[in-house]
Amino acid sequence: MSLDRRSIIKGAVGAATLPALGGLPYRSARAQAANTIRIGVLNDQSGLYRDISGPGSTHAVQMAVRESGITQRGINVEVVQADHQNRPDVGSTVARQWYDQNGIDVIVDVPTSSVALAVSTITREKNKLFINSGAATSDLTGSACSPNTIHWTYDTYMLAKGTGGAMVAAGGRTWFFITADYAFGHALERDTTAFVNAAGGRVLGGVRTPFPGTTDFSSFLQQAQRSRANVIGLANAGGDTINSIKQAAEFRITRGGTKLAGLLVFVTDVHSLGLEVAQGLVVTESFYWDLNDRTRAFTQRLGATPGNLRPSMVQAGCYSGVLHYLKAVADMGVAAAKASGAEAANRMKAMPTSDDAFGEGTVRPDGRKVHPAYLFEVKTPAESRGAWDYYKLVSTIPANEAFRPITEGGCSLVRS
Amino acid sequence: MAEGSIATAPSPGAPSVDEEVFFGFTRPQAAAFLALVVIVVASPFVIYPFFLMKLLCFALFACAFNLLIGYVGLLSFGHAAYFGMGAYVSGYAAKEWGVTPEVAILLGGATGALLGIPFGWLAIRRTGIYFAMITLALAQMVYFFCVQAPFTGGEDGIQAIPRRSLFGVFSLDSDFAMYWVVAGVFLGGFLLIHRVVHSPFGQVLKAIRDNEPRAISLGYRTDDYKLMAFVLSAGIAGLAGAVKALAMKIATLTDVLWTMSGEVVLMSLVGGLGTIFGPVAGAAFIVTMQTYLAEFGAWVLVIQGVIFIAAVLAFRRGLVGEVGHLLKVKL
Repeated sequence: MSLDRRSIIKGAVGAATLPALGGLPYRSARAQAANTIRIGVLNDQSGLYRDISGPGSTHAVQMAVRESGITQRGINVEVVQADHQNRPDVGSTVARQWYDQNGIDVIVDVPTSSVALAVSTITREKNKLFINSGAATSDLTGSACSPNTIHWTYDTYMLAKGTGGAMVAAGGRTWFFITADYAFGHALERDTTAFVNAAGGRVLGGVRTPFPGTTDFSSFLQQAQRSRANVIGLANAGGDTINSIKQAAEFRITRGGTKLAGLLVFVTDVHSLGLEVAQGLVVTESFYWDLNDRTRAFTQRLGATPGNLRPSMVQAGCYSGVLHYLKAVADMGVAAAKASGAEAANRMKAMPTSDDAFGEGTVRPDGRKVHPAYLFEVKTPAESRGAWDYYKLVSTIPANEAFRPITEGGCSLVRS
Repeated sequence: MAEGSIATAPSPGAPSVDEEVFFGFTRPQAAAFLALVVIVVASPFVIYPFFLMKLLCFALFACAFNLLIGYVGLLSFGHAAYFGMGAYVSGYAAKEWGVTPEVAILLGGATGALLGIPFGWLAIRRTGIYFAMITLALAQMVYFFCVQAPFTGGEDGIQAIPRRSLFGVFSLDSDFAMYWVVAGVFLGGFLLIHRVVHSPFGQVLKAIRDNEPRAISLGYRTDDYKLMAFVLSAGIAGLAGAVKALAMKIATLTDVLWTMSGEVVLMSLVGGLGTIFGPVAGAAFIVTMQTYLAEFGAWVLVIQGVIFIAAVLAFRRGLVGEVGHLLKVKL
């Protein structure tokens, strides 16, 4: 078959019109119904955070809308989603377009700290509301805090405190860090080191791995093993973490009694790694589907998320955050909630939170949602009794200790 | 006017389509330029200005790139370095030093040009694939510098860049006001490139592109010409990056990543290499596609790849080149 110009034109026109007719992503907002709340779920739909957030977050948000009973009050809710590709420039473009063109009132989720910081800035500029569930940086309620941003599920402080502090209490007294050599990795290592020292542990050493582009962690892992530390801390994320865990399993490091502590690992990562590889890994999360009767009931109602996965803490946080927001909307009225994102945030801070995923909690004046955090250890294949039975609880960090004290974050919303 | 050794003086009768009638434009080019100005002026009243600003910044970037590939025949695969560093420097200057936008934009352009001097000096010693590889390697060095250097903010980038007030007088806080600055810089840059291409200097560049040994034998120091074109192209790329940083209020690693260098190649190719309007059309096409197909996520890259193959196989003149060929005019 020869490729001539005409056949290519025909093919290209055919291929181009099909998706275009299927629906353009930014349909301009039709007649702005005054009693419609528009929720935009902005997260990673195609990359490494797809499983922890992605379409599953939208799924959870839709359940929150159903369970809030808000439509019975005559209030419409529209949920849209978009992919930010983990790039702050893409994320900020979508956020601006959503606020300017599509009448979005609240943006939810937004994993990847750099994108979250960008969206927080734009949300404040437009006086809308940003409920973050997916991003880790504690700056969102610290130096970069905003009256329009609520940080729901977890943050770097919680991870460091849980994995660093609670781990030492549970017997992991000496540490060695494998750190991705960029700002995020350095911050994780620094924060965790502080908690390890405060809890009476000791850091024996560490190694910086070039970022991006390191795929072979074997020499770093051997260095860690030679240090004879009880705990190897993985101050990295995404593919780096997965690779280091896999290669640690190949060296049978965790079988020799050394604990591997992942500072940013989610239950869906454990699922994709498999128990054979991930066993013995220690992680901190604020939600686990099999934690108690309420979380099991929540997971039951949610059903399998797209891709047939159980909910991650990020997706549970999207549910919980939107449910609380819609309670605030019902309380203050749609018009007031749409008029000012800061006012909606204030109302959310004034009301106690309650849902099956996180139990009872509160939202602090700096925008930090507080609830307990849990230190888990990944089960061995022999201990696991069924599908998704991955974690055993090591210790619980109570809500008032799990997050950075409000006075220490340097948030301008807090009067000291 | 130094309109050129090639163009003949306009005759009072019926001028042919190849005659230059205004600022080095031939009659069809002048008509196309007029249409471009009308579109640039009218579109913010109809289309979302924020999107238009992005489009114009990339259009200028593609024009800068086209100056090198289209008129000197040098395929640079590292233009993201000048674009991205221009964005970083102007963003940093506006945010941390509090300079006014015109100063920030000029600083960004100067950064691109200054970076272009050593890089160009090194790269122009080779041609073809070796030239492309050297520019790519140098751009990757810039990328790794940006990942590590504290002033770029690493993976966060420089965020919340303030636009402040033009000349300290006109507030640029609204997207609509900022659009006119972007449009002004774009049209200025476009005219500058057009002027350069149609000057005696530009004629020498084209001579080098078509037959370098002959240009040397005629006594031209071709390395000097190539370096000047390289620095000019890098400077305008830096200018485009600087304006983008202010318009989008953000400068990130995406701007210095090698994929950005690839995208600008694609824009120029789709629009038409060596045509003055081609890069603008190509940038408009690619940016619109990326924005409106964003929901397909990673598939956008696949679609871009297919378009690239289609352009190379069947539309080698590019969008504008093919239109010009159909109408038998040079655009």
